[in-house]
Amino acid sequence: MLRLENLQKQYKTGDRALKGIDLVVPKGQVMALIGPSGAGKSTLIRCVNRLVDPTSGHVYLNDMDITHLGYRGLRVARRRMGMIFQEYALVERLTVMENVLSGRLGYVGFWRSYFRKFPQSDINEAFRLLERVGLDNMVDKRADELSGGQRQRVGIARALIQNPELLLVDEPTASLDPKTSRQIMRLISELCQERQLAAIINIHDVLLAEMFAKRIVGLKSGEIVYDGPPDGLSPEVLTTIYGEEDWTATIDHVDEEDLTEEERRERERLMKKSS
Amino acid sequence: MNKNIQHRTWKRPPFITNPLLKWSLIVGASLYLALAFGTIDFDWQRIADGAPRGKRFIASFFPPDFLTRSSAILDGIFESLWMTVTSTVIGIALSIPIGLGAARNLAPRAVYLLCRAIVALSRTFPEIILAIFFVKLFGFGPFAGFLALSLATIGFYGKLLAEDIEDMDPVQAEAVRATGATWWQWLIYAVLPQVLPRMIGLGLYRFDINFRESAVVGIVGGGGIGATLLTAFDRYEFDSAAAILLIIIAIVMVVEYSSGYIRRWVQ
Repeated sequence: MLRLENLQKQYKTGDRALKGIDLVVPKGQVMALIGPSGAGKSTLIRCVNRLVDPTSGHVYLNDMDITHLGYRGLRVARRRMGMIFQEYALVERLTVMENVLSGRLGYVGFWRSYFRKFPQSDINEAFRLLERVGLDNMVDKRADELSGGQRQRVGIARALIQNPELLLVDEPTASLDPKTSRQIMRLISELCQERQLAAIINIHDVLLAEMFAKRIVGLKSGEIVYDGPPDGLSPEVLTTIYGEEDWTATIDHVDEEDLTEEERRERERLMKKSS
Repeated sequence: MNKNIQHRTWKRPPFITNPLLKWSLIVGASLYLALAFGTIDFDWQRIADGAPRGKRFIASFFPPDFLTRSSAILDGIFESLWMTVTSTVIGIALSIPIGLGAARNLAPRAVYLLCRAIVALSRTFPEIILAIFFVKLFGFGPFAGFLALSLATIGFYGKLLAEDIEDMDPVQAEAVRATGATWWQWLIYAVLPQVLPRMIGLGLYRFDINFRESAVVGIVGGGGIGATLLTAFDRYEFDSAAAILLIIIAIVMVVEYSSGYIRRWVQ
């Protein structure tokens, strides 16, 4: 569904952030992108929806080449890709509802959005999504009144109301506490499953990546150095991605009581497979 | 533990590292300041002579006379308020497109340079020079004052709007762009909420400035309360002048307090 071909990005400063990435993400697959800071993870997902313009190479979404779209075509393509951000990136002075509805901006005209006269179906969908992420009692609160976890839920609702086929998720848990991080990751992976969404999730936390993604891609200095299932992440692989360190704790210790029944079974299955 | 380590001294690194540069700056600045004071030509005799004149001058202000010229004063006040409201509204309306164009993170380079040039030009001339110019161009009266204040508002508001837009949080802006919003939608949903409260505050502040300046542009022929004030001085009616000054102070204070209140409310 999403296909990157020899994607390269060189910034004006001369940094080569991406050195020819080839990657295919099929429909419904949740893929975690791990790697050290500066490896090019953020650049990679921003090249997909062209918040950053790639230097060369192609991005195909359902066989449509995104890299050469004009202004209008790019807007239509962006509607199909929801993005979730590290610091939530909600417009702080707008209400929760306005933030969620801003996900529909690609579908409604200027004056409708200016007067907040969104179609009733959009408003119904917004209420449904807010209920799904557990914020239906916060509709008219301003975004800067919410806690980190609540803000990220609004960010998720904003991305989903676009009715996307692909989620681009940039460090969704980097500013959250460990428990909220898991809840947010669980929510994202559940929603991807419900809606058969493909997702690329940039994430620092290797354990969370292993818990919630079926496929892990390791990025180092703009190149893919690992692509495989979570249980293939051996100490050697992690050393290739991040450098020398004692990796045993990262691989084995998952707090069992925080997992849902299904996740626990999944982990046990993975452990059995790897041992 | 090693004794040498315990006795290592530390000093804050100097702001200017080169001692020659540092001392030549200090000596040069002091010398220039001394010479500048030398040119002012203090004359204590003239200051002493002036004091009793000043006392008489101030004494003639009292008691302020609100009544004798009340209709002229009222006309002047209303003209000034009219001038303030129209020039603030028109000035801000015109400065919004210029402010957008003068924000580096919004406008293409050519537009940016053009709008910055307009802002710089408008800021070069103080209100009083603009008023003199417009009085020469269009004759005496509040129209000249209105034009002067509107033009000054464009420079002031356009510059501050552009700077506020340049300081906005780029991540919030990026998030709205990623939804597939058009440029105009992006402006309304990402840029406007970030700059609006400060812009309302600055608009009220500019209203305040324009009212005070309306008294100044009146003195050079731009109409309004300034013209009334000038007439009062010309006729040596210092008690009426005192009344006008008190009214100006009162109105400025009312605007000051209410704008402070409104600014807190929009935050």
